[in-house]
Amino acid sequence: MLRVNECGLFCERGGFYVDPWKPVPLALITHAHSDHARWGSQHYVCSERGLKLTQHRLRDETQSGVQIKQNPQAANSKIEALPWGKKQKFGDVTVSFHPAGHILGSAQIRVECDGEVWVVSGDFKRNDDPSCDPFEVVPCDVFITEATFALPIYRWQTGEEIAQDIFDWWQLNASEGRPSLLLCYSLGKAQRVLAELTRLTDKTVFVHGAVESLTKIYREEGIKMLPTKSPAEMDKKYDFSQDLIIAPPSAYRSTWMKRFKGVDTAFASGWMRVRGNRRRKGFDKGFVLSDHADFFDLVRTAKETGAKKVLATHGYSETLVRHLKEIGIPAEPLKTHYGEVEDAAPAEQHA
Amino acid sequence: MKRFAKLFNEIDSTTSTNSKVDAMVRYFSDVNSADAAWALYFLTGQRVKRLIPSGHLRQWTMQVTGVSEWLITESYSSVGDTAELCALLIGSLRQSGVNPEIKAEELCLHEWMRDRILPLKEMEHEEQRAEVLKWWAELNEFQVFILNKLLTGAFRVGVSQTLVVRALAKVSEIKGVNLTTAEMSHRLMGTWSPTPESFDQLFEEGSNLKIESQPYPFFLASPLEKEVEEIGDPSEWQAEWKWDGIRGQLIRRGQDVYIWSRGEELITERFPEIAQAALTLPEGVVLDGEVLAYRDGKVLPFSTLQKRIGRKKLSKAVLEDAPAAFMIYDLLEYQHQDLRELPMSERRKQLEHLIEGKSQTFQISPVIEFDSWENLADKRKESRSREVEGIMLKRKSSPYQAGRRRGDWWKWKIDPYTVDAVLIYAQSGSGRRANLFTDYTFAVWKEEELVPIAKAYSGLTDEEIGKLDHWIRRHTKDKFGPVRSVDPEHVFELAFEGIAESPRHKAGIALRFPRISKWRSDKKPKDADTIETLRELLHEHTAAH
Repeated sequence: MLRVNECGLFCERGGFYVDPWKPVPLALITHAHSDHARWGSQHYVCSERGLKLTQHRLRDETQSGVQIKQNPQAANSKIEALPWGKKQKFGDVTVSFHPAGHILGSAQIRVECDGEVWVVSGDFKRNDDPSCDPFEVVPCDVFITEATFALPIYRWQTGEEIAQDIFDWWQLNASEGRPSLLLCYSLGKAQRVLAELTRLTDKTVFVHGAVESLTKIYREEGIKMLPTKSPAEMDKKYDFSQDLIIAPPSAYRSTWMKRFKGVDTAFASGWMRVRGNRRRKGFDKGFVLSDHADFFDLVRTAKETGAKKVLATHGYSETLVRHLKEIGIPAEPLKTHYGEVEDAAPAEQHA
Repeated sequence: MKRFAKLFNEIDSTTSTNSKVDAMVRYFSDVNSADAAWALYFLTGQRVKRLIPSGHLRQWTMQVTGVSEWLITESYSSVGDTAELCALLIGSLRQSGVNPEIKAEELCLHEWMRDRILPLKEMEHEEQRAEVLKWWAELNEFQVFILNKLLTGAFRVGVSQTLVVRALAKVSEIKGVNLTTAEMSHRLMGTWSPTPESFDQLFEEGSNLKIESQPYPFFLASPLEKEVEEIGDPSEWQAEWKWDGIRGQLIRRGQDVYIWSRGEELITERFPEIAQAALTLPEGVVLDGEVLAYRDGKVLPFSTLQKRIGRKKLSKAVLEDAPAAFMIYDLLEYQHQDLRELPMSERRKQLEHLIEGKSQTFQISPVIEFDSWENLADKRKESRSREVEGIMLKRKSSPYQAGRRRGDWWKWKIDPYTVDAVLIYAQSGSGRRANLFTDYTFAVWKEEELVPIAKAYSGLTDEEIGKLDHWIRRHTKDKFGPVRSVDPEHVFELAFEGIAESPRHKAGIALRFPRISKWRSDKKPKDADTIETLRELLHEHTAAH
């Protein structure tokens, strides 16, 4: 029902693509990360919960606070949204969106035709996350899964535990008079941290401009997070030694960082589970916090969907395939371009 | 174990060298000497040899976690360290929590070593397995990682010897002994055993010399990166050839002779002719020099000396093929007196006097006469034909310092050879390079075929490594275990110091110390060099001797 061609994952009978990497007439978008929602298509459909982020991504995308590219067609492209679970026909194919638990509004896309059901997971996770709707298991015949962390060394602690670690690190630095700079991907991870931390404090957190514009959208969607402020609003002499600052990895070692004297830096990502990944980047500390499913949840999810076949893409897809086959689930790798935008080295990805 | 794990974590979670030093100072002041001794042993990169092969750790991890062997191998490529890999897998697959009844973490480091880890050496495989599995169950994931590090010995913590010395010198201040870093580094030289007594001795008042075999810290030259004219007037400098052998320190004290390599390894037994000749020296002498392959007044290529390295047994044939001599640079001790504070010119005078009329096995590194920098630059061009790496410049008035100090000793090396080669295989690195393709194999053309000539690991910036890694992942042709073959597309300029005939290599040649000097993105694979070019170079190189 779905196959990969040079533009993306194509559904011929429905006349649409899912997360295409080249401009197409009709694009169904799982979520607003840049390797899944790309410019240039004429007509987009996304989840209602993710509409504002998708609009932001496709129309006024900025990175590190700077407008990087203006797509002339962007203003003309149409973006339509579907509420969770609502069925819509495209040709003789029925489509519905279901929460994937990856970031706000991230969806799995269910595609049904002639009694056969396919589900495209997009990126997903199973851990609790107060900043987005929880993953829903959608029974299907074919499940297209991500495989970013498909190695058994990857197992996550809960977001609550990691938030406690981040908070303790921040407090320790504050007691020693050092600002705490937490680097993480500006869409999803930053807001998740801000939401998780509300359990522990009500202090204001400083955020980089790239984080702020997205956090604003989360607030509009009713996500409860710590109050935020831009460092630029502060007096030149302001002392950040008691503060937590959140910025995207691109701000690391930039001039923007210079005003935080004696700063301790940490990076929040699933890749931080491996010591070498952190040391290579030169971060002081790493927090193992991911918006993707760990190995065990990838396997569990494949089982729970009851899929007769699993197609794995992105990351350690071949490893996941071989393991699923070993436990009796037919599986194959599916080559796509997801996960390629942010850069190849795992530590640079937004995972 | 808990306190040691905390130290490791503190060192590991900061990039600030001051914070690392502070963490070590706190540790050494907190714990008893028995613990401190073991911690120091590991921090300075020493290891308990032949304890548990890392293959056994993997095997046992496979058994307790039930993860398939191939999946463990896949995971290893991402972690690059067996101790960590096993800890992560055990942590990820643990069914129940850590047994809180057993206070394994409360056992301190020396108790762990004495009562648990060292006795493993005497055990059979099955018994070792039972012990280690029991400990794993008692510790949390991070402590399991530390334990595995102790068991496998590869303990790279992210502190250099210099930082450890700085921390110990600070501890000596706290103890009221006030040792300088140079004194502390001397006290740490040589064979150091992890006992409370040897730790306490580090802070005793009095002489640095604790045992007869103890060497002085080597003084290391820095590369000359500026123009030679900038270092001052030629008359203040002594020039010598930069010999290409094994830097060594020869100690003649009491009844014995000790030869230490720069890596603080005793190599006396590998060079019996030097040790024998040293017995003719008066007692109480320490020499700094270079071990070279040497015959009839001529220095032989490094490849000849290599025949002497890495061999347990020295056959008569090897001794004859590759006779060794000691090219002396400096006199550090004479009549039991430490001469290091004297000006070099003075030490040199005493050295010449001492060596006069001694065995031919002892040569004094000759002084190159020159009256201007220009004149010396001309002589530097003779380096290759003399089988040396360039010129050493030493300030005549300089003391013999400890470690790498800029200013008084410079190495003025000749430019390396270069070759343009094509990247054909890549493999991920280990440690901080795990999960990144950083180990590359390069090839040159032999007619229509690319033949591998060298492996290189260094020379690219982090940014270039990232870019290349990205490309490799997308242009893999084939996988052979951890090695990937890639499309022959990228050309790199490799720099190397020498070239030799080598039947063991497919191309029939081996490059000495190859590294990447430039990413030639301006070149296409067809522009890369051929094996003939390298063969010609080999002939020139050999003809030069």
